[in-house]
Amino acid sequence: MNLVALRMLMGDKAKYLGIIFGVAFASLLMTQQASIFVGLMTRTFGFVSDTGQPDIWVMDPKVQFIDDLKPLQDTMLYRVRGVEGVDWAVPLYKGLLRARLDNGNFQTCNVIGIDDGTLIGGPPEMIEGSLADLRRADSVIVDIVGASTRLAKQPPIDPATGKPIGPRVPLKVGDFLELNDNRAVVVGICRVSRTFQSQPVVYTTYTRATTFAPRERRLMTFVLVKSKPGTDTRELCVRIRQTTGLAAYTSGEFSWMTVLYFMRFTGIPINFGISVILGFLVGTAIAGQTFYNFTLDNLKQFGALKAMGAGNLRLLGMIMLQALVVGLIGYGVGVGAAASFKYLSGQSELAFRMIWQIPAITACAVTVIVVLASLLSIIKVIRLEPAIVFKG
Amino acid sequence: MTSIMNEHPQAARIHETAGRGLAIHCSGVTKGFTAGGNTIRALRGIDLDVRLGELAMLVGPSGCGKTTLISVVAGILDRDEGECRVFGQDFATMSARQKTRFRGQTVGFVFQQFNLLPALTAAQNVAVPLLINGVAHAAAIKAAKEMLDRVGLGERTESLPKQLSGGQQQRVAIARAMVHRPRLIVCDEPTSALDHETGHTVMRLLKNVALDEDRALVIVTHDARIFGFADRIFKMDDGRIVDVVRNPSASIGASGGDAHA
Ligand SMILES: Nc1ncnc2c1ncn2[C@@H]1O[C@H](COP(=O)(O)OP(=O)(O)OP(=O)(O)O)[C@@H](O)[C@H]1O
Ligand SMILES: [Mg+2]
Repeated sequence: MNLVALRMLMGDKAKYLGIIFGVAFASLLMTQQASIFVGLMTRTFGFVSDTGQPDIWVMDPKVQFIDDLKPLQDTMLYRVRGVEGVDWAVPLYKGLLRARLDNGNFQTCNVIGIDDGTLIGGPPEMIEGSLADLRRADSVIVDIVGASTRLAKQPPIDPATGKPIGPRVPLKVGDFLELNDNRAVVVGICRVSRTFQSQPVVYTTYTRATTFAPRERRLMTFVLVKSKPGTDTRELCVRIRQTTGLAAYTSGEFSWMTVLYFMRFTGIPINFGISVILGFLVGTAIAGQTFYNFTLDNLKQFGALKAMGAGNLRLLGMIMLQALVVGLIGYGVGVGAAASFKYLSGQSELAFRMIWQIPAITACAVTVIVVLASLLSIIKVIRLEPAIVFKG
Repeated sequence: MTSIMNEHPQAARIHETAGRGLAIHCSGVTKGFTAGGNTIRALRGIDLDVRLGELAMLVGPSGCGKTTLISVVAGILDRDEGECRVFGQDFATMSARQKTRFRGQTVGFVFQQFNLLPALTAAQNVAVPLLINGVAHAAAIKAAKEMLDRVGLGERTESLPKQLSGGQQQRVAIARAMVHRPRLIVCDEPTSALDHETGHTVMRLLKNVALDEDRALVIVTHDARIFGFADRIFKMDDGRIVDVVRNPSASIGASGGDAHA
């Protein structure tokens, strides 16, 4: 009888495809939107992920997320180093500084100052030059996206037309940059994770960053801490808090804190949530409607089966099987389309991260859709009087 | 002990005779439908006996209750009052599940509109009653093909209903009604969508293949051209059986048939 059910289902191609389309559409929309949401949320703490070596971040207790800059006194570094269980602790400067471009315009840059001695906290990937080049005078490392877009130089002007010839020229190693009226020379190009901040990222040493920065009493943004092997990082966080009065979080906690901040204080989750719910509802409506129509069209056939001795349980099984098949195919098509969407969007700036939970949750949602879609049909068929078979 | 030994075969024979006698026994069966506040009395006290080995026809004007009656007899509609036994069994005492199983094993159906499943091949359609009764797929298809061969469609087992003519589709439907060897086959207007020649072919098949001394056939029809196939014709009007004609091939149209023949 299972074969009969499947044949019935595929007998009406248009409806069959219609139901699959509904489920696929819902799966695609839910998976794709959720993946973009997760992708965006991952971006919020991109800087924490990029800074891989330390396992604890120490900061002002009022800091709420990664870009919330509340500098500390330099002396705090030594107090953190004194806490039992700390293997090493280095300072990190993070601040927004103005760079002057060759055409006279200004561009705000996200300047990261890393420990002069150890160079801990540097970019995750160097494209050109090496991190050690930061030891040279006035040196900075610029991220590739910033170097080729916002920090790119003006192309030469055609004297005849007064128009620029060709596209803007990316900033490259050996070029100069003016940061807050301080001359800096580019010694390397790096790649960093995309974050919500679209400013170019400029790496330099901590000392140089503090000379670039406007004179202020406090300049150290974070203390990056590595715990001694065998030390419980959470317990160490507690000890640092107690000893220094500062906030200390593991990298994971700090990332999550940042995500929560963006979730709470931006419209991002609501917008994506609406898309996901919409996908669910529209998918349910399309799939439910077509599946119900399919059942109505086949009511006479179900009636004949009922008259010929097929019980309710068996018919229910047949409908469930039909629903399961369209659900599985629709789900596969939808999630597959979402994955190829990622593939097609390839190198673009799109935030898209399909963690395994997304297809898993989509699968649950599709199950609900399919159950809802088949429920009406099941009720209809169970209530069906087999006597309808004799009606013309 | 001797007496029991002596009595036993006799008791069995009496029982056998009673069982053999009637396929269907109905008396005083009524059925009403409520539609829009009005109650339509479709059956107003039906007395009907169909014997084993008999081909009975139900005729009468439109709306007189023919379809309702065979629906009650086939166990797809519950009667309101009266008594009705099919092979000695009473649907009123069965649970829904028992009724469903009884139908699946004991009753075959032929419908006016054939009601074949359009997505299934002829063989698959014919196999459905066997599949419902739990026969394995391969065995069911094999039996279905044999049955199709008997109704002259051995070459068309893989055809879809839409690729078959009306007469061929009805033959598939008849093969389906017979494949599980049910003891009762009910047909509602089996020939009215067919031409004269095809109608006769279909009736011959029903009579020759589906009927033996342990089975019965009840056919609702308007089609006077097939009356000759009936052993008895029950004439209905307004929810009652008003006349019974025996051996209609000899006496069709003649009035005054014996109602208790
Ligand atoms: N499900 C139903 N609901 C309401 N009324 C019904 C229903 N089924 C049958 N009837 C009514 O019961 C009466 C008998 O109907 P039935 O279908 O048994 O007639 P019939 O003799 O088969 O007629 P026909 O020759 O036109 O098929 C009719 O008046 C019909 O309208
Ligand atoms: Mg009728």
